[in-house]
Amino acid sequence: MERPRLYLMRERTFSILPRSIGLAFLTPAVLFISIFLLFPLVWVIVISFTNTALTGPGAANPSFVGIANYAKLFIPTRWLRPGEFGNALRNTLLFVLGSAILGQVPLGLSIALAFHRRKGLLRELVFSAATIAWILPGVAVAFAWIAFLDRDFGTLNTILGFLGIPRIDWYFSYPLYAIIFFNIWRGTAFSMLLFSAALGNIPPSFWETADVLGASAWQRFRTIIFPLIRPSVFTALILVTLWTFNVFTPYLITGGGPLFRSETIPMYTYRIAFKFFEFGRGAAIAVLMMTINFVLATIYLFMQKRRRII
Amino acid sequence: MRVKARKWGYKLFIVLFSLFILFFFVLPLLWLLTAPFDTKATLRVSLPSTFTFNNFRTIFANAFAIRALFNSIVIAGGTMVGVTLFATLAAYAVSRLKIRGRDILTYLLVLFSSVVQGTAAMVPIFLLLYRLKLVDTHLGVIFVLVGGLLPTGIFLMRDFVESIPRSYEESALVSGAKPAQVLRHVVVPVLRPGIMVLAVWSFVQAWGDFLISLIVIRSPTKMPAPIAIYSFYTEGGTPVLTLVSAYALIYALPVVGLYLFVNWRFGFRFFGGIKGSGR
Repeated sequence: MERPRLYLMRERTFSILPRSIGLAFLTPAVLFISIFLLFPLVWVIVISFTNTALTGPGAANPSFVGIANYAKLFIPTRWLRPGEFGNALRNTLLFVLGSAILGQVPLGLSIALAFHRRKGLLRELVFSAATIAWILPGVAVAFAWIAFLDRDFGTLNTILGFLGIPRIDWYFSYPLYAIIFFNIWRGTAFSMLLFSAALGNIPPSFWETADVLGASAWQRFRTIIFPLIRPSVFTALILVTLWTFNVFTPYLITGGGPLFRSETIPMYTYRIAFKFFEFGRGAAIAVLMMTINFVLATIYLFMQKRRRII
Repeated sequence: MRVKARKWGYKLFIVLFSLFILFFFVLPLLWLLTAPFDTKATLRVSLPSTFTFNNFRTIFANAFAIRALFNSIVIAGGTMVGVTLFATLAAYAVSRLKIRGRDILTYLLVLFSSVVQGTAAMVPIFLLLYRLKLVDTHLGVIFVLVGGLLPTGIFLMRDFVESIPRSYEESALVSGAKPAQVLRHVVVPVLRPGIMVLAVWSFVQAWGDFLISLIVIRSPTKMPAPIAIYSFYTEGGTPVLTLVSAYALIYALPVVGLYLFVNWRFGFRFFGGIKGSGR
């Protein structure tokens, strides 16, 4: 039997977008992404095996130095010392663990749960305040945080003073905790918004059933809500981990100090590459950083049952 | 009675929790609202001893500070135009063409664009701009920002495109409209909210950028506001708090304004976009 004609027409003549025009639409984006995103990602690997620098012998004719740049980062006797790679790596892992995995994601989820199916002024205020903390320019919030945690005049110490707690010099005594605290403040909005969108997609009947069965809040969360938002939890964990790993704003608050105690890998890379202008070594750090990010993303992907994330 | 008591206890807990969270998010910013209006600003949050607009007057009289704000507008505006235009075109093409592996490709690009916008690719990007003679130009900063923001921009926009039923375009084509007419009169009007969101998002991203300008821009006349603010320091290297706070407030206000606008117009939330569940 002959195929119905209309079917043929839909398939052949009515492709909405002719392929040539479609490819033309894609071209500018592909060009920009290739030149300014993909090419640097590949080139940084090449640079990491050379002695490229802004001054000195590596400036005019960079030459191939093998794994020398990498070896320099891992000298066993000194790599964990302040200002070295191991120190920055340890700080970064603590920073990611504290501010992303134990901080932003659980706090964002708590706020989303607390305000789920609620409206009103309080919700508006909390959501707006969190979102504004997230989108304000880093430089502006950095100055605000320098003031907030100041030992003598800072708002936090003033409040703690009312409670009878003596002044604490946050940036001197606990610099890493200070930037972890800052980053929780800065980034929680993303998880909060993501989870409140995910909770909004759960059909109301699910909640009602749980109410009828008399489930406690924890039972309801564990057996009904969490399995449904599990994919969002992994999305949040992956994105927030990678963002936190690469965030540079804390540099504007502590500068990595005092004595490199809050120096994370992005700050270390910046210092080596753009203060000392050792591009080769900076590139080697960048390659290691990308490798760690890639490994983390892969681990999350495998932990998640469903491979598709988006 | 016990159930009622538990319900009230729960409500009280929610209110206390919300107030705590609210203070957590608001308190660190208070200084930006008080210090700019104080003649003798310190790092303390307090009602200004003598309320003044003089700090703002000083800044508006400073050609360098004003030029830096203008430079920020150029960088953020250029990035906004580039990202919005190219991401919309690409998202439409990605959605309407059959391209194998597009989901995983978009996902990987979104993931790794955050790495590149961090410090990882700064060395090759600097060397690349150096060869292209784009170091110390606004165009160089704009190009890098556009390249870095496009993947996420395409990803955001694709959701808006997918929400247009194909039948819209098909029926327009059946009625004899030319492809260009379909785009102008069917696709673009429907996509307008998405284009708005994308424009605001990319503007805010570029406006807040610090690192790329720090590496690319050298001459003071080309510095954007977030770099220029570090010139309001005494010779001893401590910030002049009156000026720094006032300038930071001026620099932050456009973002707050855009947030209020988006919130009023669309409600600030995630549009199905980054949802976890596979479709």
